[in-house]
Amino acid sequence: MTDTHCPYCALQCGMRLTGTEVAPRGGGLCQKGWTAGRLLTSPRRLSTPLVRVDGELRPADWDTALDTVAARLRDTIAASGPDAVGVFGGGGLTNEKAYLLGKFARVALGTSQVDYNGRFCMSSAAAAANRAFGVDRGLPFPVTDLADADVVLLVGANPAETMPPFLQHLRRATASGGLVVVDPRRTPTAEQAALHLQPAPGTDLALALGILHAVVADGHLRRDYVAARTSGFDAVWRIAAAWWPERVERVTGVAAADQRRAAALLAGARNAYVLTARGTEQHARGSDTAQAWLNLALALGLPGRLGSGWGCLTGQGNGQGGREHGQKADQLPGYRKLTDPAARAHVAGVWGVDPAALPGPGRSAYELLTAADLRALLVFGSNPAVSAPRAGHVVDRLSTLDLLVVADVVLSETAAMADVVFPVTQWAEETGTMTNLEGRVLMREQAVEPPDGVRSDLAVLHGLATRLGQPAARFPVEPSAVFDELRAASKGGIADYYGVTYDRLRSGEALHWPVPSTEHAGTPRLFLDAFGHPDGRARFVPVDHTGPAEPPDADYPLLATTGRVLQHYQSGAQTRRIPELTAAVPDGYVEVHPDTARHAGLADGDLALVESRRGGATVPVRFVPSMRTDTVFLPFHFPGDRRANLITNPALDPVSRMPEFKVCAVRLTAAPS
Amino acid sequence: MTARRIVVVGYGMAGARLAERLRDRDPDGTRVAITVLAGEERPAYNRVLLSAVLAGSMAVDAIRLHDDDWAERHRVDLRPAAVAIDRAARTVALADGSTVDYDVLVLATGARPWLPPVEGLAFDEQGVAAFRTIDDCERIIAAVAPGAPVAVLGGGLLGLEAARGLAGRGCLVTVVHPVGHLMERQLDPAAARVLATVLEAQGIEFRLGAPAARYLPGDGLKLADGSHVPADLVVVSAGVRADTGLAEAAGLAVDRGVLVDDALRTSDPRVHALGDCAHHPGTVSGLVQPAWDQAEVLADLLTGVRPAARYRGSPVVTRLKVRGVDLAALGDALTDVHDPDAEVLCLTDPARGRYAKLVLRADRVTGAILLGAPDAAATITQLYDRGTPAPADRLALLLGRALPGGAAVASSPADLPATATVCRCNSVTKAALVTAWRAGASDVDGLVRATKASTGCGTCRDTVCGIADWLTAAEPN
Repeated sequence: MTDTHCPYCALQCGMRLTGTEVAPRGGGLCQKGWTAGRLLTSPRRLSTPLVRVDGELRPADWDTALDTVAARLRDTIAASGPDAVGVFGGGGLTNEKAYLLGKFARVALGTSQVDYNGRFCMSSAAAAANRAFGVDRGLPFPVTDLADADVVLLVGANPAETMPPFLQHLRRATASGGLVVVDPRRTPTAEQAALHLQPAPGTDLALALGILHAVVADGHLRRDYVAARTSGFDAVWRIAAAWWPERVERVTGVAAADQRRAAALLAGARNAYVLTARGTEQHARGSDTAQAWLNLALALGLPGRLGSGWGCLTGQGNGQGGREHGQKADQLPGYRKLTDPAARAHVAGVWGVDPAALPGPGRSAYELLTAADLRALLVFGSNPAVSAPRAGHVVDRLSTLDLLVVADVVLSETAAMADVVFPVTQWAEETGTMTNLEGRVLMREQAVEPPDGVRSDLAVLHGLATRLGQPAARFPVEPSAVFDELRAASKGGIADYYGVTYDRLRSGEALHWPVPSTEHAGTPRLFLDAFGHPDGRARFVPVDHTGPAEPPDADYPLLATTGRVLQHYQSGAQTRRIPELTAAVPDGYVEVHPDTARHAGLADGDLALVESRRGGATVPVRFVPSMRTDTVFLPFHFPGDRRANLITNPALDPVSRMPEFKVCAVRLTAAPS
Repeated sequence: MTARRIVVVGYGMAGARLAERLRDRDPDGTRVAITVLAGEERPAYNRVLLSAVLAGSMAVDAIRLHDDDWAERHRVDLRPAAVAIDRAARTVALADGSTVDYDVLVLATGARPWLPPVEGLAFDEQGVAAFRTIDDCERIIAAVAPGAPVAVLGGGLLGLEAARGLAGRGCLVTVVHPVGHLMERQLDPAAARVLATVLEAQGIEFRLGAPAARYLPGDGLKLADGSHVPADLVVVSAGVRADTGLAEAAGLAVDRGVLVDDALRTSDPRVHALGDCAHHPGTVSGLVQPAWDQAEVLADLLTGVRPAARYRGSPVVTRLKVRGVDLAALGDALTDVHDPDAEVLCLTDPARGRYAKLVLRADRVTGAILLGAPDAAATITQLYDRGTPAPADRLALLLGRALPGGAAVASSPADLPATATVCRCNSVTKAALVTAWRAGASDVDGLVRATKASTGCGTCRDTVCGIADWLTAAEPN
């Protein structure tokens, strides 16, 4: 019997494993969690390395696979330089793996080209939080604090499907008529809300400005707080002043009266929170959009106040830790900046290398996956063939690489394209730490023995690094040894894990970073006394609405948005292999308002082609009368011609490099038979 | 490349917006050098929010468009007001006696309040104020006191906003309007009547169809029908006239305003005009949206970012910004209900202050009046702006947002269909619970153990309990 955590989302629900039987520990579990044990016994599990020979993936022994990869990496680097090799990580990897992956890229390969799928996840909120607070920790307070809130504004968040047990923390707000949800769709979360604001996709920023305008016009601005704890309000107001609610209504479709109601609800609350998620962040202006909600929270005096605040609902299991320890293109462990000489010197010191030898910042995820001069790519814990925007183009690009290497648990769609596939351990088969949505470091203990032939990602990195001439001790295989190195590397950084030890975690301590010493009790609540900027103030940042990167037009008159369903996780590589989950939701579909479908000559259940300038997804139509008539929705978990990401727009946010997953122009027709 | 010298005459909402948009497209000033000739003494401010200032919900400082250092930070040369244009020499003479040269001149001189012909009435007269500028606003606020009678001359959009603001300050407000119903440009008589009723409940009185005949200082207004409206102050809000003095003196073609084409060029191609001073065929003046749309087009053209940019009019949606009243009017809303060329729906509900009218042509919304129907206004406005087909269920559209989908609320577990999902988190249907019961689960905990219902977000716990109660009664184990 082993206490561990769920392998899926950032809520990281506690669970107890008896063999492969799952039981909750106190909190809740959704169907994904309850069936997670099936991952451990899946007949689709990879248990031997695969190497492509004569166009076909064939079983190989580990030495052959590792030797093959090392040799071809050496050749690529010799011929085209280290930046011709890319590394692509994932937000589901443990802290130890994420850390060692970044180190492997920069030290063993010497490449600057490392990034990860978290770029597609929280990067916009992270950019906004860094600008406003000087620190990015998804929730800068314990998630349990939400239980005392009487009003919660959820923006582009659908936790009823994406992290169901999270709703337990919102019971008070829901029961007291204080749940406000911003979502273009009437999601299961929106159905529970007292007030559902249903803007056109891509207009959230205008909506935030309209609510801010109402806050000021209706006398709700927290002037004392703004004066004492923030800077920059005037410039933000100059913009919001031009967005009176009636003007915002015209852009968003959200009634001016509802904007004022939202403002009044938030302002009248004893305790209130503004929480954002992917719906408002995955835009080519996602950083600015998240910023606009943050500006609203600051005008209401919420952040840094006990019992209130602003936060981002992190998506992937280790979305938080994964963005702190160096698998991100511009970052070193401890949330340090790769361009900061002091940060480089510190980390190079821990790694025993010359700071000058560390590469500079590299490309962001989509730019890396599609870079013309990339010759080889190593993918760990990600399935970009399904999850990347403009997936058809990404697949085309990946298929022209000299070498594609994938480390995964199952033969994902990306792994199926690879030249070499490494079968690696998953959650319950290995020990490691995860950092959940509230910045708390969690111990995930090994509960079962991995299948024969499976090795941990750490062992893969070790095997490759030593073959590339690195000293064996520089790439430890033991998670505890990697974590101790991570502690030292993060010491003194923003995300300081130095005081976190396996022993402390095993003794049950709840440690939220920063934890600067082993005596330090951790920091459950940031900003109560000061924000992270040198002057201790939070910064308002002026942002204005410009609209989607690809507005609808005569050829592509509808807006498509993408998202998740309860039964599946991310690219579905895991969940699509679990019978209970595929029985509940077997395949992709497109949600359409019946009028919109009829205009396209489509009946409920008909096979439709949803087409953008980048490609088309072929999916059955599902009539949903609560849809906006200008919007269609596709879940993105499904492969092949069901792939929602065949249509998505890779227009990137200038700051976060987040692609515009959440809105693009499409047309809807009957699929050719 | 030498930056072209653009001189903008006027620093109101149109001129300020144009300067901003030019700088957005040319932040370094390599393409255009911008000079703005400020007409009013004050920094540019947002005229749309004047009624909020009058109502007391916003401070004067809060409606400024730019901070003091805006012009400097954006390489904009702010100079005194223009007094004359010499098109031959391409210079503008300024109020301080200096001149500026231009390559391109843009007129953004705005409009002036119109004074209806009423004997004794003049803007410089004691007890008379226009409602157009911050100065007007401050004069009005200084002149009124709670309990004091005030007359508002003009029952249009701005007049009503002023009236509501003054009523909010405790004044006894009478709106005097020469036409038989309010906002006659936007509303049909029935809608206007409901609106008047709503505003009367807020303490505003109306004298409709009664032109003012004479202003009696310190006393009030004498109307054409011989009646008398007492007023310590008369606020004149009877419309505006384009300020075309400079343009006319410079010999530019002028109609209701300075005539412009789709490139916003006047009769002199080196001179452009936008906003309230301009007369673009088919564009309604006096609203900010057209001015802002024009600023985008002109900025594209003058910076060369998009030489094909053209202004082809703005769809106009009128929103009355009055607390407690939600009114939107758009398009050809005055179409008769029985017009054979249109599909017109109309709902009148005076008792609840509601009126909703929808005009459709070829399945598109072409006009609407929505009073007291905020949800419908939001949806219909977007359909109108985008020209997208209207939903088939016209009545639902007229009444507000379509009823939400999702599971209908069943009055008892017995009424719930077997296929209804009870627990979304664990994909548990009512049928699955019944099956578990029949397989031996004998209470709530047993159902939960067997199906895992309610173990996720917990929202369905009550429903599961209800089903257990129902099963206990219907099928005791």
